[in-house]
Amino acid sequence: MRRALPIFVVLAGLLVAIAIANPYFLEPPAFLAFVKRAAPLVILAAGQYFVIVSGEFDLSVGSLVTAEVVIAARLIDGSAAATWPVLGLLIVVGALIGLVNGIVTTLLRVPSFITTLGTLLILSGAVFLWTGGAPRGALSPQFRELGRGSLGPVPWSVLILVAVAAAAIYAMRAGFGHTLVATGDNDRAAALSGVRVARVRTAAFMISGLSAAVAAILLGGFAGVSAQVGQGLEFQAITAVVLGGVALGGGRGSVVAAMAGAFTLEALFTLLNLYGISGALEPAVQGVIIIAAVALGAVNLPRSRAAAAP
Amino acid sequence: MGSYSRRIIAAAALAVLTLPAAACTSDKPAPAASAAPAGSAGSDEKATGAQSKFFTQADYDAQMAMRRAQPTGSPDKPWEQSIDAQLVDTAAYQKPGPYHLCFSNAAVNNPWRQVGWKTMQAEVGLHKEIVRFTALDAEGKDDKQISDIAELQGKGCDVLIVSPNTTATLTPAVSGACPKVPVIVFDRGVQTDCPVTFIKPIGGYAFGAEAAEFLIDKVPSGGKILALRILPGVDVLETRWSAAKVAFDNSDREIVGVEFTDGDAAKTKSIVSDYIQRYGRIDGVWMDAGATAVAAVEAFEDAGQPVPPINGEDQQDFLQKWHDAKLTAIAPTYPTYQWRTPVIAALKILKGEQVPKVWNLPQPTITHANLATYLKPGMPPLHYALCGCEDLPGYPEKWGGTP
Amino acid sequence: MTQPLKLRRVPAGNSFLRRLSADRPARAVYVALALLIVLGWLLFALDGGRFLSQENIVGIQQRSAALGIVAIGQTLVILAGSLDLSVAYLISLTSLVAAEIMAGADANVPAAVAAVLAVSALTGLVNGLIVTRLRVHAFIATLGVALIIRGALDERYDGPAGGVPESFQHLGYDRVGPFPVSALLWAAVGACAWLLLSRTRLGYRIYAVGGDAEVARLSGVRTERVVVAVHVLCSVCAGIAGLLLASRLGAGAPTVGTDGGYDLESIAAVVLGGTALAGGRGGVAGTVGGVLLLAVLDSIFNQLEVNSFAKDVVRGVVLVAALAIHARRRRTA
Repeated sequence: MRRALPIFVVLAGLLVAIAIANPYFLEPPAFLAFVKRAAPLVILAAGQYFVIVSGEFDLSVGSLVTAEVVIAARLIDGSAAATWPVLGLLIVVGALIGLVNGIVTTLLRVPSFITTLGTLLILSGAVFLWTGGAPRGALSPQFRELGRGSLGPVPWSVLILVAVAAAAIYAMRAGFGHTLVATGDNDRAAALSGVRVARVRTAAFMISGLSAAVAAILLGGFAGVSAQVGQGLEFQAITAVVLGGVALGGGRGSVVAAMAGAFTLEALFTLLNLYGISGALEPAVQGVIIIAAVALGAVNLPRSRAAAAP
Repeated sequence: MGSYSRRIIAAAALAVLTLPAAACTSDKPAPAASAAPAGSAGSDEKATGAQSKFFTQADYDAQMAMRRAQPTGSPDKPWEQSIDAQLVDTAAYQKPGPYHLCFSNAAVNNPWRQVGWKTMQAEVGLHKEIVRFTALDAEGKDDKQISDIAELQGKGCDVLIVSPNTTATLTPAVSGACPKVPVIVFDRGVQTDCPVTFIKPIGGYAFGAEAAEFLIDKVPSGGKILALRILPGVDVLETRWSAAKVAFDNSDREIVGVEFTDGDAAKTKSIVSDYIQRYGRIDGVWMDAGATAVAAVEAFEDAGQPVPPINGEDQQDFLQKWHDAKLTAIAPTYPTYQWRTPVIAALKILKGEQVPKVWNLPQPTITHANLATYLKPGMPPLHYALCGCEDLPGYPEKWGGTP
Repeated sequence: MTQPLKLRRVPAGNSFLRRLSADRPARAVYVALALLIVLGWLLFALDGGRFLSQENIVGIQQRSAALGIVAIGQTLVILAGSLDLSVAYLISLTSLVAAEIMAGADANVPAAVAAVLAVSALTGLVNGLIVTRLRVHAFIATLGVALIIRGALDERYDGPAGGVPESFQHLGYDRVGPFPVSALLWAAVGACAWLLLSRTRLGYRIYAVGGDAEVARLSGVRTERVVVAVHVLCSVCAGIAGLLLASRLGAGAPTVGTDGGYDLESIAAVVLGGTALAGGRGGVAGTVGGVLLLAVLDSIFNQLEVNSFAKDVVRGVVLVAALAIHARRRRTA
């Protein structure tokens, strides 16, 4: 938890800065709107956390999000009746892609960076081959409700986020979480002590795939069909996890901090926008902050471990 | 291992030294015949920012005039019409069929290009005298398109059609191809007049001005207008904004923000929501492209506010929303039917018929009055209504629609 | 000169490729390349084209030269156990630096080349120092630097800028018989990197650090210096690619690097060539094979006019399959 502390300080600082520029921000509707906007990235970061803490990468989530939205639009085609079966299918597809990533990485021993880069290419190509180059069909209002609507004052996406976060925290507290961290820390030692490393890592990829499916449902619901809905999300999710103090290479960091990292990233975007540093300078500021945050996190580490992974 | 590798290095060095003497040839294109200077117009610092360096007053004036000009040719086939045509003689290129057309395409990476590309393929299918149609997709890479253009010159093309990925950087490659084969350029231009014809709709200034004038008409004096742009630096988009800027600067409407959306629907919706929150209400939305117009509309709906006057483009999802929500809207277009014209022009050139040096296609605007004719139920959400493809074989299935 | 590490990695043998590659997987990629060339030749013949025509051979080289040069640099970084995601934006930046300083005048070419090398070396130095001194994982460090460069590009440029004089465009367009100058430049960069890896102390250390940084450190290697050095070399390679692209385009372009996807594609080419992503194993010859493999694949796609989505699917499958085969060979070896 010591590693996780800085991210909460940074997040609190950013929220205060936003509130100073826009006092309305801390009132429930505006704050809920912020959480709603952040929800897809936070969920993706939670999923990505499982993969990263087990010592792997998942670069395929961005194109998986796009693929899921395009699949949903084509299969639902505006029909209310098709909504729920297709939602179920999206979840299955997400888990299935994660399963394939996991099996190729663990059984065929392809580095996950490459496995998921391959999946990224295959998914983005295959889904548009299927639809003839551009999305077709339409999402039903029922599907859109999850990303757009709310239950009373609380948006559905916030409720879904809370559920996902609870599940993620529970999974990490359970035996699965401990074996996952042990695997990421030292997979040989974990294997020797009886952990089925391949199975644990594959499960992590499936969780990431599932989180991409949920994020796709929220993003598709929020903004509708688009051919580039998932663009760049993989790097944002990885950045968020790392901002949360989770070490690339695995074995260290908490899922709560990873999700806080995603909130921090989203708060940063909001703040930059509020102060009018949008457009050109935004990526530069983002770059500096990411490097600085990770560098500050690394300074706290025992030197020997950090040096081993340049 | 020492002696062995030393021998290889020696051999390699020898080869490198002797090769230039053996045969030195250059595939470098001849220098460009003429270059259009990119002029700039200074302007007072306004809320809309400085005028784009892409702004050229002469081009702006010409496009403003063309908006009111009457195109020649059949109104049923706007892709064959032209405005202000300066015809050039093509007898030199006349040859008997059958023909082999070649096409270097910048990319098919967005729905606009997808619709256009399908339309072009269908147009090729109409003409029996075209026995071969070789198309290379540069996947949005300048360097690949340069190689593609060079490669196509070795394939025995009768005409080379180019849709350049960027204007300045493809100029050398196009000027290199001109002496070898008649070249047709469309969509974005190149900075040389060596192509036989350059096909384009009226252009970005007309698009931007059309939308801005509509907003100035509909938004009351002093009203707040939010301008949404996709990204900076793309000439066809810069011209849209610079013309709108001219119009807004001459009005007393307040431009509360000029934001870049990256063409991302979620980002667009978030930006618009932020502005609604910050300013209480927004009285008009100007957009440089329609892809995310529906997301902007939804931001108002989700905030529980009436949707102010807005412009989109001829995409089905926007037209549908416009119709369903009874918006006050307008849709200037950058018609995808321009993808039919290069094929038609190629055949004219090969038959020795005159073509316009700059083939300005009409650029219709969808208004409340003619919305119904452009709204096509059954077409995909990102289909462009001005594809001019309704009479082509395979419509609507080939464009992803249902009959 | 005799380094135990080196001896362990180069099995005795006298096959040409084995000597050239210092690594067995390089052979696999050349076998695959040969098979692909045969396949390409067949497909071209069936489609009524000529695979071995001068245009096609020149085209393959022209298409692969820029990626090839970047991939050589990426090989060095990956061998040392790091990686560089900033190359794409750096290429855009250096193409602009080159074209703006040249401003269409012959006299400015040396200054422009010097500036490009300086800018790229500096970027590499920054990358290397962030990775070693600030102990930021290379993935994040170079991604962050990429974002910073992107901000600078977005801020300063909104389209192609500068101008490259006629004389400098010879680099991009001239050829010597069937060999474009750009491909010769690639070959020269590759040869330098090969010499560096196989003949210099730094080369041995790169393998040592990538193989096991801790062991390397204990045996007296200053691992941080090695990591900084490979980052500088990689960025310089990206700078050279930027120069080449500026000469091809006749101007600098703020999107040429990212449109080309040089970051992920160069990493893909390196691992296709059998270099281990974790570092310590592989070499330049494999990378050259990997780049050529991608280029021949592209040329077949072009001839058959495969649509771009199908291309992505095939590329993805090839990448994963190739890595699975490499992994299998490594285990059975």
